[in-house]
Amino acid sequence: MNMTLFKGKQRKILPGFGLSMGYTVFYLSAIVLVPLSTIVISAFGMNPETFFGAISSPRVLASYKLSISTAFFASLFDAVAGFLTAWTLVRYRFPGRKILDALVDLPFALPTAVAGICFATLYSPIGWLGQFLAKVNIELINKPSGIVIALIFIGFPFVVRTVQPVIAELEPEIEESAQSLGATRWQTFRKILLPHLFPALLTGITLAFARGIGEYGSVIFIAGNLPLKTEIAPLMIMTKLDQFDYNGASAVAFVLLLISFSMLLLLNGVQRWQQKAYQ
Amino acid sequence: MQTNNTRQATIIPGPRSKDPLAVRVLLIALTFLFFAGFIFMPLALVFSQALQKGIQLYLDSIVEPYAIEAVKLTLLTAAIVVPLNAVFGLTAAWAISKFSFKGKTLLVSLLDLPFAVSPVIAGLIFVLLVGSRTPFGSWLGEHGIKIIFSTPGIVIATLFVTFPFVARELIPLMESQGREEEEAAITLGAKGWQVFRIITLPNIRWGLMYGMILCTARSIGEFGAVSVVSGHIRGMTNTIPLHVEILYSEYNYTASFAVASILVFLALVTIAIKGVVEKNVHNNQ
Repeated sequence: MNMTLFKGKQRKILPGFGLSMGYTVFYLSAIVLVPLSTIVISAFGMNPETFFGAISSPRVLASYKLSISTAFFASLFDAVAGFLTAWTLVRYRFPGRKILDALVDLPFALPTAVAGICFATLYSPIGWLGQFLAKVNIELINKPSGIVIALIFIGFPFVVRTVQPVIAELEPEIEESAQSLGATRWQTFRKILLPHLFPALLTGITLAFARGIGEYGSVIFIAGNLPLKTEIAPLMIMTKLDQFDYNGASAVAFVLLLISFSMLLLLNGVQRWQQKAYQ
Repeated sequence: MQTNNTRQATIIPGPRSKDPLAVRVLLIALTFLFFAGFIFMPLALVFSQALQKGIQLYLDSIVEPYAIEAVKLTLLTAAIVVPLNAVFGLTAAWAISKFSFKGKTLLVSLLDLPFAVSPVIAGLIFVLLVGSRTPFGSWLGEHGIKIIFSTPGIVIATLFVTFPFVARELIPLMESQGREEEEAAITLGAKGWQVFRIITLPNIRWGLMYGMILCTARSIGEFGAVSVVSGHIRGMTNTIPLHVEILYSEYNYTASFAVASILVFLALVTIAIKGVVEKNVHNNQ
């Protein structure tokens, strides 16, 4: 980055630093920092019993467990599906490739509520996919597995878009030389490709996971929202707000924020490691 | 939270593979299978459900007064949110890319904060800040200003969730362009504003446009945050996604998918524009 190159004594030739910096800090504070601080203030402002009582109730604990586990399984599935997609999109030429490539972004562009009603309808017992699953006694509606389906959709582009550029930079010659030296395809994949792509893959998984634990719109339609069974953590916040239990809502939100931010920090570490791996 | 390199993926053609035909066919087939279940089917479903009772009912569901009100409110919100966040994105990118200062890394990561926050929490924080039960909120209420369960609440919650889009498009772009051109112009006597208008803006116009498109798409489609602050009052504080939800929960599936089809159409347009913009960014560099 060139920002470190000039650090220190460089004279500011361009105008507008004070104004642009001032407005940036002001707007950031007004829209993001001050509003976010209300959660922290509220969490520390209430008495500890209220706080711990709210976050340790069986319903809330079940919702944390559900949000974390469904996001985890969905991001693992995305790792496989996203890697596969990124690989075929970069390495192979086939009809429809450009359309697939563009549509990878659909989960970013499609409003989550629309995704939610789509999956709830597709997997209902009379839906396009649900009717076949019903015949083999698999039901996804009102089940954690249904939540996983919605989160797979939401997290998919994160993995593809982080892995894709790294595959594109890989020289096929490396694989070819490994193979000419006698490595099998599987060995080449495991010993050469996977270690090289792993940091990017991990970044994608982390992004998908972090997005998944906070996701709301696409999940609530398929989840059925049964207490202790299919209530996700963001829904618990919503429920407490509807009951005007602001303390409870803030406490649940505070813990969820802690989880998200620690994911972000972890991601930072991963990315630093990723950069080192490329040097 | 997306990484900076995400957008280059579609530009780099990538090496052709020498994988055996069987492997290629298998992997391509698996990719299509995944897309069939997770991308194509949901898209087809929306239009099939929306049109299943005929084109007349489809059109009726879209032009029905509550739907129109929802569209109006959504467009109004986007019309306020996108310019505000675009101006912010430009100022932040100018400060961050053209100057060196302490704490730059911290500032850049703070800009991404809204991406790490659950949409429901994005709504909650504004209820805690200006809701009618807070001191500030009740003071506003005494003066006849209502924010939560009203349009201003929807606008600020949307401002929050779309906050980073323009800035994070522009910062890497302007950083890669450096500051030599602008500095040369200043040395030759140009005014700051002229430099920005004549040199910087043309250089970043595609990135700016792309950031604004992402911001627009998200502000139209935001559901969780808006759901918390809106109060779901039909014809008053209902945006398009909230209208879809209400119709769906009333088992009015045809109308729900009809209104949803507008959003799907907008999403597809966003993706198409992304392709065009990417090509132009690529050609410019």
